[in-house]
This record gives sequence, C-alpha cells and structure tokens, in this order.
Amino acid sequence: MEKPEQSKRSVGWMGLERGHRARPLEWLAEKMIFLVSLSAILMVFLIFIFITREALPIFLGQTDTAAARVIPADDIDKLSPEKLRAYLGLSPEDFKNKDHATLKLLMQLREKSAAENGDNKDAGINTTSWRYMLKPYQWSDNDRPEYIWQPRGEIQKFNIVPLLVGSLKVTIVALLFSVPVSLAAAIYVSQLCPPNVREVVKPSIELLAGIPSVVMGFFALTVMSGALQSIFHYRYALNSLLAGVALGLAVIPVIFSIAEDALTSVPRTYLQAALALGSSRWQAAWQVVVPAALPGIFAAIVLGFGRAVGETMIVLMASGNASVLSWNMLDSARTVTATIAAELGEAVSQSPHYRILFMIGVLLFIVTFLSNLAGELVMERLKGRLEGKR
Amino acid sequence: MKKMKFWISGALLALALAAHGADITVKGSDTLVILAQKWAETYMQSHPEVKIQVTGGGSGVGLAALQNGQTDIADASRPINAKEQEACVLKFGAVPTEYKVAVDGLSVYVNKDNPVKSLDMAQLQGIFIGKITNWKEVGGKDAPINIYSRENSSGTYEFFKEHVLKKKDFAASAQTMPGTAILVGRVESDPNGIGYGGAAYTTGARAIGVKKTADATAVEPTEDTVRNGSYPIWRYLYNYVLPKSDTKEIAAYLKWIRSAEGQKLAKDVGYYPLPADLQTK
Repeated sequence: MEKPEQSKRSVGWMGLERGHRARPLEWLAEKMIFLVSLSAILMVFLIFIFITREALPIFLGQTDTAAARVIPADDIDKLSPEKLRAYLGLSPEDFKNKDHATLKLLMQLREKSAAENGDNKDAGINTTSWRYMLKPYQWSDNDRPEYIWQPRGEIQKFNIVPLLVGSLKVTIVALLFSVPVSLAAAIYVSQLCPPNVREVVKPSIELLAGIPSVVMGFFALTVMSGALQSIFHYRYALNSLLAGVALGLAVIPVIFSIAEDALTSVPRTYLQAALALGSSRWQAAWQVVVPAALPGIFAAIVLGFGRAVGETMIVLMASGNASVLSWNMLDSARTVTATIAAELGEAVSQSPHYRILFMIGVLLFIVTFLSNLAGELVMERLKGRLEGKR
Repeated sequence: MKKMKFWISGALLALALAAHGADITVKGSDTLVILAQKWAETYMQSHPEVKIQVTGGGSGVGLAALQNGQTDIADASRPINAKEQEACVLKFGAVPTEYKVAVDGLSVYVNKDNPVKSLDMAQLQGIFIGKITNWKEVGGKDAPINIYSRENSSGTYEFFKEHVLKKKDFAASAQTMPGTAILVGRVESDPNGIGYGGAAYTTGARAIGVKKTADATAVEPTEDTVRNGSYPIWRYLYNYVLPKSDTKEIAAYLKWIRSAEGQKLAKDVGYYPLPADLQTK
C-alpha cells in the first residue's frame, strides 16, 4: 500500500529530487530562467531604491537653497578649522586633504558666487521646502502669488504643480482620444467583424506599437502641428491637444490589445447561449460579452493610463514645454517626464535641482507602478472568474 | 610557448594603450557643436594620430561632465560660474583653464512676414519676461506674441537671460524647444513667433535689428557689427580644460583652434573669428 503523500508528485527543493539526474540540461535551463525572472524583480526593486535614495534629502527636508552668510576670503585665518569645514560644507576626510591655498580659493569662489547672484530679497528663502514646491508664492518680480517652475536663475523656483497639471492634462487628452477609438476597435475586431477583416485590422493596429516614440513625436512636431492648427486656428501650434493626440496614437495599441484579449477570453458558450436565445450578434456583444469582460476593459484603460503618464519623447517634442499652470487644452504644457529628460543632463549631481528631479521621478514611478499593478490584478481576477476558478 | 603568448599579448596591450593615448573627448554647448565637429574633422585630417570625439547636450551638460571627469574639453557658450568652479576645485583642486575660441552674435528671430523691423533692448526684455504680450505694443499688427525659448540646459538660454532679461525669469508661457534648429523652424511657421539663437541658424526665419536704447539706430547682426561691438547681443564662446589634462595633444589642439586656420573655419560655419589679439600665431 502506498501512502497518498507519496503518490502525489513531489518536486522537492528547486526540483532537485525529480529530474536533475534524469535530465540535467532541462533542469539547468529551468533554473536559469527562474533566476532571470527573479533578477527582473530585483532590478525593479533596485531602481526604486536608487531613485528614492537620490530624492531622500528632499523628503527629509535636508536640502537648502537659502543663501548663507558670506565670509570674506581674507578672514580665513580667523576661523577655527571646524567652523571653516562647516562653512564650506566639506566632509572631515575631504577637509583634511585640502591645503590652505585650495581652501582660500573655495572661499573666494563662495564670494564670487554671492556677487553673481546679487542681492535679491528672495535670496533667504529655502525654495526646496514643500511650501514653495506646492503652494503659490508672490516672488519679488510678480504682482500676485504664482506657481513657478524656473529651476535656473538667481532664485531657483521649484513649484511642481504646473508639471503635475501638465502631465495630467496631456494624459487626459490622450485617454479621451484613444479609449473610445481603441475600445470600439476591440469590440469590432473580437465580436463583429468577419475573420478575414480581422486578419488585417488586428495586426495593423498592433503595428502602431512598433513605431518608436521619437518618430511619433517628430511626426507630431512637423506634420500634425501644422495640420491641426490650420483646421482649428488656435494660438499655439504646439499644445496639450497636439501632444495628447500624438500620445493617444501610442496608447491605442496598448488599450486595444489588452481589451481585445479580455473580450476574446470570454468563453464562446456565453455568446452561443445568447445567440440561441434569439439575440442578434450586436445584442450578444453589447449585452453579454462586454459586461463579462468589463474588468479587463478597465484594466486596459488603467494600463493605457500608465503608458501615457510615463511617455517622454512624444510630449517633449509636441507639447511646447512651457511650464505654465493652465487647464486649457490649447495652451502648451510641460510634463513631469519631459522635465526630467530635458533638465537632468545639466543638473549638477547632488544639487537641489538634481534631487527634485529625482523626487518627481519617484512620484512618477509610484503612479505608473500602482496603475500597472491595479491593471494586472484586475486582469488576473477576471481570468480566474471566466475560467470558473472563483 | 607560454612565454611567447605572454609577450605577444603584452605587445598588443601596449599598442592598444598607445593608440588610445591620443583620444580627446569634447562635450558641451549645442551652439558650438557644429563648429567643434568641423574643427575636429579638419584637425584629424592633418593629425591622423589624434582621435577627437565631439558631442553636444548643452553648456551645462559639458561643464557637468568636466566636473565628473567624463570629458577632456567642455564646450560652453557662457562663462563658467562660481558654483561650477567650486565643484572642480573640490574634485580636482584647481579651477578649469578658460580659452575663448570664437565670437557669436545672438540673433532674435521673427517670422519673415512680421512687419516689425527692429526692437530695442528694453522691448526685448519686456517681451521675453511677459510684460509685453501683443505685437501692436511694439509697432506691429494686433496679434499676441508667441515666445519660443530654449531648454534651461542651454548656454544660449543663460546668456539671453543674463544679458537681455537682466536675470529676470522668462515668461511662464514661453515654449521651450529642444534645439536652436527646431526653434528657428517654429518661428518660421508661426507668424506671431519670436525666438533667439546663435547666428549660424539664420535660414528660414528673419533676424531682427536690435537697438541699444529706444532712440539709437537699429543694428543688424553681421560680422562687422558683432566684431566691433555695435550689435548689442554678442558673446564669446569658450572651451574649458582641467589644468591636469591640459598637456601635449590637447594644448596643441586648442592652440590650433585659436590660430588663423581654426578661426577661418569658425567664419565658414557662421560664427565670427576672435579679435586679432586673442588669436594664437
């Protein structure tokens, strides 16, 4: 008599008991693939750790752009070494390695830097605190409180609200344009159209995904901008509408293929039952198949949103990149992604500007990660339900 | 046998190192990149042992790369600032050596059909900071002014901000373009557009005359007016080198750039040669 436990196929630790003697190569290949998939998870994790580490001083409030009091370079010998080290912001090892002439040179450069900046009454403000990054403020040049993103200049202004609004605005336009189009196409292709039409339509929509985003951006910049302006006669040729439409073209294949997948995975018995009860194909599609696939359609839209928010090249080229706070679709917009792409190359590493760019990168990562996660989870549950597991 | 293999690999390694020894990397200003490439190509023809690699990205990018030790020469269309010097001192113990390599007149571009022929410096400042928003305020037709600016990693952006905007912020509605060529292209197709950029890009849009004050005469950017200083918006273009890497090959290259031969190329590309006292013999 065999015990029931033994009759169950036991695979043991990492499959060691089962096959590694009988088929060593297969076993090895299997483990390699397992390691590769594990490394992908590790990579995502490491990327998140890295960008968060660079942004951490912003979250902890350790950065400060307020101009410190300047000590004349000739007073170098009046300062105690400890005071001098703190003034120059050096670490103890760094400080030890510097000779007197270098330290004096550093102090002279501090003086020069202060002279370059001149006396501005906003100079004492730490513009990297949350108050100045999120709320409007009346700077000495303005006549009313404003949200300003001007990271270069005498006073670096880091208000991130125009960027968040810009990203959201472009994304909304992209979804308004792409969701109806791609869902209609998905319903048509999966439910209504004859197989030979489907053979052509499906791959050609999915071909859109293969167009590099920089090509799409360039197309929007050179061709679409002129065409749309000559139709609508608006003021700015490069604006959120143009960027949103171009972005929509990139999002359509994402939404289409996932929604089509969800609709096709609805069991044929649903459709057959509906047809047997006398409904037309249109009624069956609209009243039976679409409701059954609704969570999948929702997942498609959420994943499309994630793609739209994270897209960089199209918005960098087509949106005009003016950091103006406005909900008007015909104004230009500066998105979070385009800002990071355009400014990170020039930001001196470890500077407040550099850290803030990483900080908005973290925000972006969280948003796209959560939307992708939500989409995947919903999709997973839908599959389980349709296959009768839940 | 083993010994022979060892010697052969050693010799190959030495050869590779010797060939590698004369590599010069140049990185920085997008304004200078066309000229820097031209210089590099011409110089490599007469000095085949030297390999020069030129990339753009913006003056800030080049100077940041210099601070991080990723480039030998940083191209810049603005002087290095004290913060950047400080970073170099902290890392390398010395301030980078500055070489003026050419003169550039910054043009203000408007659409070909724009009736406005000239603007003075105060009007330019007003337009770009957003105080003047309609062309009729400066003698044009009744139409809103669309401002095209550069990304803030651009040296042209900083120079314009400092000299024309008097360090004030650009208007928030200013659209930023990822390159001067794209900017000029936008102004070319936008009848109400205004933008700025290096003088080498004049095709397509029209460079406007600039007056120092409201009642001065307008001056167009030409070689004579830029070089004698009567055109108000001009600047030097720079190369920065860390003192420790300013040796044989790089020094010879920089000397050649500032010689009559190098300066002639600057003129061919659309910039202006250095004044005679700054050129090397």
